Amino acid sequence: MTVIVEAPPKATVSALSVETVSHAYGARIALENVSFAIAPASFTVLLGLNGAGKSTLFSVITHLYASRSGVVRIFGRDVARESGAALALLGVVFQQRTLDPDLSVGQNLAYHGALHGIGRGETRARAAIQLARTGLADRVRDKVRFLSGGQIRRVEIARALLHSPRMLLLDEPTAGLDIKARAGILEVVRRLVAEQGIGALWATHLVDEIRDDDHVVVLHKGRVLANATSRSIVSGTAARSIGEAFTSLTGGAEGGEP
Amino acid sequence: MSGAVLDSERPFGWPQRLICLYGIVWREGLRFLQQRERFISALVRPMVWLFIFAAGFRQTLGVSIMPPYDTYVLYEVYITPGLIAMIQLFNGMQSSLSMVYDREMGSMRMLLVSPAPRWFLLTSKLIAGVAVSVLQVYAFLVVAYFWEIEPPTPWGYLTVLPALALSGLMLGALGMLLSSVIKQLENFAGVMNFVIFPMFFASSALYPLWRVQEGSPWLATVCRLNPFTYSVELIRFAFYQQVNWLALAVVAGCTAVFLGAAVIAYDPARGMLMRRGG
Repeated sequence: MTVIVEAPPKATVSALSVETVSHAYGARIALENVSFAIAPASFTVLLGLNGAGKSTLFSVITHLYASRSGVVRIFGRDVARESGAALALLGVVFQQRTLDPDLSVGQNLAYHGALHGIGRGETRARAAIQLARTGLADRVRDKVRFLSGGQIRRVEIARALLHSPRMLLLDEPTAGLDIKARAGILEVVRRLVAEQGIGALWATHLVDEIRDDDHVVVLHKGRVLANATSRSIVSGTAARSIGEAFTSLTGGAEGGEP
Repeated sequence: MSGAVLDSERPFGWPQRLICLYGIVWREGLRFLQQRERFISALVRPMVWLFIFAAGFRQTLGVSIMPPYDTYVLYEVYITPGLIAMIQLFNGMQSSLSMVYDREMGSMRMLLVSPAPRWFLLTSKLIAGVAVSVLQVYAFLVVAYFWEIEPPTPWGYLTVLPALALSGLMLGALGMLLSSVIKQLENFAGVMNFVIFPMFFASSALYPLWRVQEGSPWLATVCRLNPFTYSVELIRFAFYQQVNWLALAVVAGCTAVFLGAAVIAYDPARGMLMRRGG
């Protein structure tokens, strides 16, 4: 099996480092010796099919589960040993929608602010900034259940940014959205990386969301098959596109198309 | 991103924890206010017992003089502490249902990725549930007052508050522990059958233990092993401005055990969540 690894750009400390992480549900192995690092202020794609282990990896990074072995560090802080300090640096958008549909956008953000120890007045001011950034400034009083799928995702991104994290984790944030909504959300996150210097780990199975210069970690059946720029992975597999390279790496399993 | 550095470097101390606690209680209150049916059913349930069941049994079941009562009391007076504890039992289980719902809907994940310690988050969630249950109890006591069920002095309304808080914590912690082992929302009906009803009926809520002892010694033993019995007695005595020390010790001890087990169950390294992969 081909494994392509390219050293990440040099940084004093990685935004996220996953070191030989393994995890299993009973006898079923979900992650096996997964290792990669992400530089600060970079956009990294975690590419894998459904069931590759992406969501389990996110749960381990966010300390919802403890890994059976290995270490996860956020800006050098061990998630298992310094979970509070590490989690304060993370903004998370889970694959499953996590907003309370019966509360308004503002109330959902106020709740999140409180969970991060931010007072009401400060939360309100930050929410206004983040909602403006994600194009939803006029929806603060609307109940979440009346928003479209794309708008809900934007609110979740605004919420993830509320406590000023330095690293964003997004688990298939465009799943179930139409082409326009997908492009809009991808654009919002890429702009955050470029303008705000936030690192982003974007999990997806859709190869059309990847640019040539994106750093890509290919996860398949719980193992890392490639960890390099998209361009390097394509050239390393003698493929014509990242889609073809993915198919070649995974032995026939195809990445999703929009 | 200077703000980012400041935020991430800021320790999550007690001022931040208090904001976190306030936020969790506020959200629980907001959800409760939005679920008017939940409030109405929480009030109607004990009222049905009080106005129909107790009124019907008033002539057949007399309650002799026994602590904390220093006179014969009407059956309605006797079962009121049991009904108060029932409100808290249902509320504890409702909170458990809400945690299972939150887990299925995903909002539990957002709670658990807060930088606050896991034990603090779960305790805050518990306190939020207790605050709601105390509101329900006082609403019921207002109704009961018009049925001439009241403490010997108005101070009883105040002295019952710590008992309600502790009893609510114990029953809420039990609900939290159950929520960690209930895999799906659909399984919650089982909780009704195997937890709420046995706990309520096999206790001193409806009959004094000496009466149960006369009728069925083994059932009396079950009642004495049931922590809910001690919740009822703690509330009964507190309503009469007295302390039942045994009940206090049992309820405090069970609270510690249930909460400790719930924290372990929700622990990332040891808990049920991890084994399930949900």
